[in-house]
Parts: sequence; structure tokens; C-alpha cells
Amino acid sequence: MTYKTKQKITHISLVTLAWVVAIIFFFPIFWMVLTSFKTELQAIAVPPIFIFEGTLENYSLVNERSDYWHHAMNSIITSFGATILSLIIAVPAAYSFAFSPTKNTKDVMLWMLSTKMLPAVGVLLPIYLIAQHFGLLDTKTVLVVVFMLMNLPIIIWMLFSYFKDLPKDILEAASLDGASYLQELRHVVLPLSWGGITSTGLLSVILCWNEAFWSINLTSADAATLTALVASYSSPEGLFWAKLSAISTLACAPIVIFGWFCQKQLVQGLTFGAVK
Amino acid sequence: MKFNLAKNTVMNLMKAPSIIVLLLWMVVPLSMTLYFSVIRYNLLNPADTGFEGLGNYEFFMTDEAFMPAVFNSLILVLSIITITIIMGIMLAVLIDRTFPGRGIVRVMLIAPFFIMPTVNALLWKNMFMNPVYGMFAFLSNTFGLEPIDWMSDFPLASIIMMLSWQWTPFALLIFMTALQSQDQEQKEAAELDGAGFFAKFYYLTLPHLARSIAIVIMIQMIFHLSIFAEILITTGGGPGSDSTNLTYMIFTNALLDFDVGIASAGGVFAIILANIVAYFLIKQVGKNLMA
Repeated sequence: MTYKTKQKITHISLVTLAWVVAIIFFFPIFWMVLTSFKTELQAIAVPPIFIFEGTLENYSLVNERSDYWHHAMNSIITSFGATILSLIIAVPAAYSFAFSPTKNTKDVMLWMLSTKMLPAVGVLLPIYLIAQHFGLLDTKTVLVVVFMLMNLPIIIWMLFSYFKDLPKDILEAASLDGASYLQELRHVVLPLSWGGITSTGLLSVILCWNEAFWSINLTSADAATLTALVASYSSPEGLFWAKLSAISTLACAPIVIFGWFCQKQLVQGLTFGAVK
Repeated sequence: MKFNLAKNTVMNLMKAPSIIVLLLWMVVPLSMTLYFSVIRYNLLNPADTGFEGLGNYEFFMTDEAFMPAVFNSLILVLSIITITIIMGIMLAVLIDRTFPGRGIVRVMLIAPFFIMPTVNALLWKNMFMNPVYGMFAFLSNTFGLEPIDWMSDFPLASIIMMLSWQWTPFALLIFMTALQSQDQEQKEAAELDGAGFFAKFYYLTLPHLARSIAIVIMIQMIFHLSIFAEILITTGGGPGSDSTNLTYMIFTNALLDFDVGIASAGGVFAIILANIVAYFLIKQVGKNLMA
């Protein structure tokens, strides 16, 4: 066997391996979607059924029993609301950290990141009681505020790393006095870093959408997001797998599709710009 | 001078909102937690108040679930991070070549990252790990093995499995991107010098990934120290306290037993634990990211 054929065989076997692993990783999702089109009996059949006549019954049943659109709207409003709010706060902050660093900047930013280390459960009761005090339990407002605070440090860090990568000479030419910094932010920095801001926003939306701890503990019916809705299907109805799959598919579909579309932007965001 | 003043004012105004909200977010709940942790405060028994001193801490620490909970928290964080990093690197290297359908393979590998934790937990618990109808039971039977009752026999391992499935794609995403910027000429040169696959991996690829590994560790640690939904939905911390982590233990004290005092003492523990773990990492990683 020559060196070339040997290399070719290695290549082919590695590619096969890649495909096999990918199929294994994806299988649970595929299985969930498939099960959502089965009847309950088919769903628990042993051996598992792969080919069957699909039904949409589960989707209509799930829709009858729990108001999917209500919860989906809650998810959309809280994720996007929190994201927009945190961008409004984070963009100016990151801009000033990146373009006018002082000797404390580094410490302030590390401190911000360290607030992420505060485990949610450590402050669950105070937040719960504060929300109760202001009558905000089970409202979208409290989720928006908590999600915003939760993601703010990561968002500032990501934006900071984008802003730092902007070409410096363009910026210096544009800046003059205090007021024109705002102008510069608006007319020079924002247009140049639009991609970075979008990818930061995307990540924030995904993190909010999938957030479970606060949504489960701070909401009950009115403001329950899709994560909380799915959690409510957990034990007593656990064996209605087809319906469970239908609700799960409905809950995940928007964000999975959303995530696939923007995976490229996402990566840049996730790496804090540290990996090109 | 005038120019500087104006500039500094504007700059300070720009960062002020973020610093103020984060300071409030940290200080207010933290001081409340500290205060609650030293008083008697049970929502079911509001008449019973008063200073408790370190009693809540003592109660929380002597709870027989405490040591397992601390231990489980650390096991969860360490094992998930280790598994996802090793798998992530292997997969990233594996698909770092051109082949037909690479885009599809990538999308399939990344998908689990977007699945919400509650769905992840329900999916695995029921359709895969159920000892009678689950896919794993079916596979065991096919190979003539006894099906495993995952939730009661290997609760912690089951949770580690679910989370690794979800977070390996995250590690992969980051390593994949990092590999794209690896110096190909250097690799070719090493090949000409007779370096084998492992030598190249060890001396070139691994050092190249160092920074991404730091990022993956840091972000995952933030998320995994407080794993909650997966435990709530699958094992409920059981059997016994075999899969209870600190987060879940505090949750049972707080929202199930309504004991604010004890739960707050637990919260303080969670905060201390997180900070011990974080201290070393944030310092290292933060330095890396700032550079």
C-alpha cells in the first residue's frame, strides 16, 4: 500500500466517523420530532417504531390544553425585551471602556464579570421577596429585569472586544470634544460594529429563551415562558410522550432555527472576539 | 483641560448606568441574603422571629444532604467541563477537513446547544433512559443485557450525560472557529519534518487552543455551578441526596420548606463556593481575555 492510498483510507474512515458521531448527536432531536407525530401507543412501542403514518393530533391537543401562543409570546417578549434593554445600557458602557480606558477599567470589567459568579440560588429569596413586595411576581417585567442583569456582564464584555478591534485611526479623526463622542458613537462606531452588536444580541436572546431557573421560580401562569411551560409537563404526565414531544418541539423550534441561521455570528460573540 | 473634563464627564455618564444596576444587583440581594441568614424567618411561621446567629448555618451544614450536595456540585462542574472539552477538541479536529456534507455534519453537531434545559431533561429522562420503554433499554435488550434504571441507579451520571450532550456542541463551536485560524504552513512544515499526528496535535494544535479552552472553562463554570432545571425535572435530587447539588438543596429549603433563614445560609455557602472556584479561574482567564 502506498502512502497515498493509506492517507486516503484514513481520510475516508475519519469522515465516516464524523458522520456517525453527528448522527448520534442529532438523534435525540430527530427522535423527539418524530415522536411528536406518533400516537401515544406508538410512542412507547418496543421495539421503537421508525416508519408509521404520522398524525398531527398531538399538536392540536397540546394547543387545546395549554395556550402555546401565550407562552411563546412571553418568551419572545422577555427575551427580546431583556436583550434590547441590556444593549441600551451596555453599548455606551462598552464604548467608554474601549475608547477611554482609565487605570480602573480592567478592574471594573473583571468585577462585572464576577457578578456572574454570584449563583442565582444565593439571591433567589431576596429577589423573590422584592418582586413580591412590588407585586411583580409572575409578571414579564420582573423576568425582563432579571434577564437583563443576568446577561449584562457578558454583553458588555463581548461588545468591548468588538469595539477594541475597530481601526483606531478612523476614530481619532472623528473625535473632538465631549459632545462629539456621542456623535462618534452614533455615526462611526455603531455602523462599524453592527455585526458585533447583532451577534451579541443573538446570544443574549438564546440565553434568555432557554433560561430556566428564574422563569420557573418567579412565574406561575401569566408570565410563564416556554421553559416553564415545558417544565410543567414533567412528572405526572411524563408518560404521554407524544404530547410531550409535541410541546417540546414547539418550544425549541423557534430558537433552534434561529440559532442555526446565525451560528457564524454567534461564534464570534461567544469567543469574546478572542478567537478569530 | 476643559476638553478633558467634558470628555471624562461624558465617558463616566456612559458607563454609570451599567455600573449602578450591577452594583444594585449585587449589593441589595447579597446583603439581604446575609441578613436573612442570621435571623429566624420561616414563611409558614411568620410569628417566629428573632436573631438566630449562626444557627441557620449550623442547621444547613449539619443537614445530611450538605456534604453530598457540595461534593455533587463539584463533581458536576468538573466532569462536565472535562468531558465537553475532550469531546469538543476531538470533534473539532475530526471535522477540521473538507468532506462532502461538512455543513450538515456541523449543524447536526451543534443543534443540541440550542435545546432548552427543560426539554433536554424530559427528552433524556423519558425517551432514552426510561428502563422499560426507553431507547437505551431497547438497546440493552437487543444485546442481551439487563436494562439500566438510569434515574435511580446512576442519577448523577445521567445528569452529567444530559449536560455533556448539550454543552459539547458549545465547546465544539468555539474550538472549531479557533482551528480555522491555525497556521497551516506550520503544520505542513512539521509534517515534512516527520511529525506524526499526535506530535502535531500536542505541539501545535493544543497550544493554539489554549485561549479558547480558557474561555470554554470559564463560561461553562458560570453555568454549571448552578445546574437546576435538569435536576428538578429528572431526579428531584434523589434518590436520597445522590443527585442533589447545592443549588437544588437550597431550592428545596427555600421554596418547598419556606425556610428563608436556612435557605439564605445555604445561599451564602453557594456564593462562597462559587467564589473560591471562580477566584483562580477569573484571574487567569480574565488576564487572557484582556491581553
